[in-house]
Amino acid sequence: MELIVASAVGVLTAGGVYLILRLRAFAVIIGLALLSYAVNVFLFSSGGLSVNLPPILSKYGDAAYTDPLPQALVLTAIVISFGMTAVLVMIALGAYLEADTDRINIPAEDPDADGDADAAEGRAS
Amino acid sequence: MNHWIIAPVVLPALLAPIIGFVMRHDIGLARIFSVAGAVAQAAIAAGLFAAVAGGEVLTYRLGDWPAPFGIVLVLDHLSALMLVLTAVLALIVLAHAIATGWDARGQHFHALYQFQLMGLSGAFLTGDIFNLFVFFEVLLIASYGLMIHGGGRDRLRAGLQYVVMNLVGSTLFLFALGALYASTGTLNIADLAQRVQAIGVESSGIVRVATILLMMVFALKAALFPVQFWLPGTYANAPAPVAALFAIMTKVGAYAIIRVHTVIFGPGIEATSGLAETWLFPAAIVTVAIGALGVLGARRLMPLIAFAVLGSVGTMMLAVSAFSPKAMSAALYYLVHSTLAAAALFMVADLVVRRRTSDILRPRPPTLQNGLFAALFFAVAIGLAGMPPLSGFLGKLLVLDALRAPGDMAWAWSAVLLGSLLTIVGFARAGSTLFWKSTSLPAPVATDDAPLPPRAGALEVAPSMLAVALLAALAVFAGPMARFTDATANQLFDRQGYVTSVLGSEEKG
Repeated sequence: MELIVASAVGVLTAGGVYLILRLRAFAVIIGLALLSYAVNVFLFSSGGLSVNLPPILSKYGDAAYTDPLPQALVLTAIVISFGMTAVLVMIALGAYLEADTDRINIPAEDPDADGDADAAEGRAS
Repeated sequence: MNHWIIAPVVLPALLAPIIGFVMRHDIGLARIFSVAGAVAQAAIAAGLFAAVAGGEVLTYRLGDWPAPFGIVLVLDHLSALMLVLTAVLALIVLAHAIATGWDARGQHFHALYQFQLMGLSGAFLTGDIFNLFVFFEVLLIASYGLMIHGGGRDRLRAGLQYVVMNLVGSTLFLFALGALYASTGTLNIADLAQRVQAIGVESSGIVRVATILLMMVFALKAALFPVQFWLPGTYANAPAPVAALFAIMTKVGAYAIIRVHTVIFGPGIEATSGLAETWLFPAAIVTVAIGALGVLGARRLMPLIAFAVLGSVGTMMLAVSAFSPKAMSAALYYLVHSTLAAAALFMVADLVVRRRTSDILRPRPPTLQNGLFAALFFAVAIGLAGMPPLSGFLGKLLVLDALRAPGDMAWAWSAVLLGSLLTIVGFARAGSTLFWKSTSLPAPVATDDAPLPPRAGALEVAPSMLAVALLAALAVFAGPMARFTDATANQLFDRQGYVTSVLGSEEKG
């Protein structure tokens, strides 16, 4: 059990980091999603791993239970990372349509341009 | 329980959706509500500031659950100071954005602005570290929207990098919180302070990892070496009023480092002793160096200011890294100063750049009000670079005075002094190119197809003037201000006082 969870976190993180370092919008988005899965599993295990136990104190005697707080934290983290991924997709799409490339490092327009036309547009608009 | 403590979070949280949904097509109405909200925010912040001026630590238990089980908001000197600073800055920047018409160049500026204020206030108030993460996300998601406000290729490119950088940071934050919870079983800051104290050196592995991870995350927000790369591009390409508001964003990271690494992992805690001090000091030195060299090498005005901001972050973190009450007091004074100075510089630069059509540092025909802009630019540049008579000079003096530890003094003093020199040279060169050499070119003549840009009205210049006036006031009232930051620093290092006022209220209530 511990081995499976630990290696899942490890593999997901490794895959996420690799994809983020590709610096292409699509790969980065998938990479960030993998990374957030990894962190969700990690948070889940931070309260200790147990199988088939309820996350509440039992009324009948001191039955074993699993820590409910990490579950609440994971739920919050899932909601937030879902929203963030949506925002990232929209911004990446905007940048792709604007620059015609899905690179994260879109080359800047000539930094020395004197800015009468295009650069001024970008700066002042 | 004082219910006003949660008002700085609730007010913008209610106002933002109303502005976003009801007034999306009526910019005039949105402006009125946004300004009214910012004024009310400032009044509430001032009231809260007065409530804790005596040195109390007030707590607000959400849902009236006692502290380690429910979420608490904690209002102490530091939180109140940051709230007031945020509210004042927000009001000034909002006035600038409206006067220059920036807010009308895209949708939902005012709604996002209020969400940003909500996230900032919440981050400064919360007494629960997971809640800090949630408020970080609130302020970040609002800042993503503000960052790409107005659109344009360069801005989207910088915005995309900013978003990706911060999303990775958020993931690291969650890893750190998971590790912290696994080793202590709590996420309340006061409770954490107690539990971490009880952890012995031999079983401190996970806590030490969490400490460093948290510092990485906060350093990313504060733009500290080696995770500062996002700052110049972001600030230089953001809309100018947004860049001015972002002056407080780096301070959120600094605030989090100050809070977490004094209250939880503060000096004297065995399990994490020496971690923060060891890494923060060299990182701050390098940040100062990068900022100064960037100012000297910048070929455009906006990146130049962004690098100056980077240098000021480094100077501030240099003082924080000493982790002594005296140095912390200096850091807080410098924090207030550098926030206002950076915002003022971005606003002045916006007025100039708009009339020159480009922010490239080459002589171009002078603008109509060349003299006025030159005077404003140099006043603010003097403030940020740290020359008398504005508050930057006093701030740097306090920082230098606090960093007298034998091993650190040589490094810290050379970094701050050389950094200031390079920054001054950079600003002088940029200013003389922009304002002085321009006067040797023929003045522009209005033609039918290329009318002259309009003169800056009183309303457009007023916010920048006000920011300069605040810098001057900060210098004039340096005595009372320094006494207040001294009290704040002492309160910060009184870890037991913080813990009892948060957890002790359990028995009373």
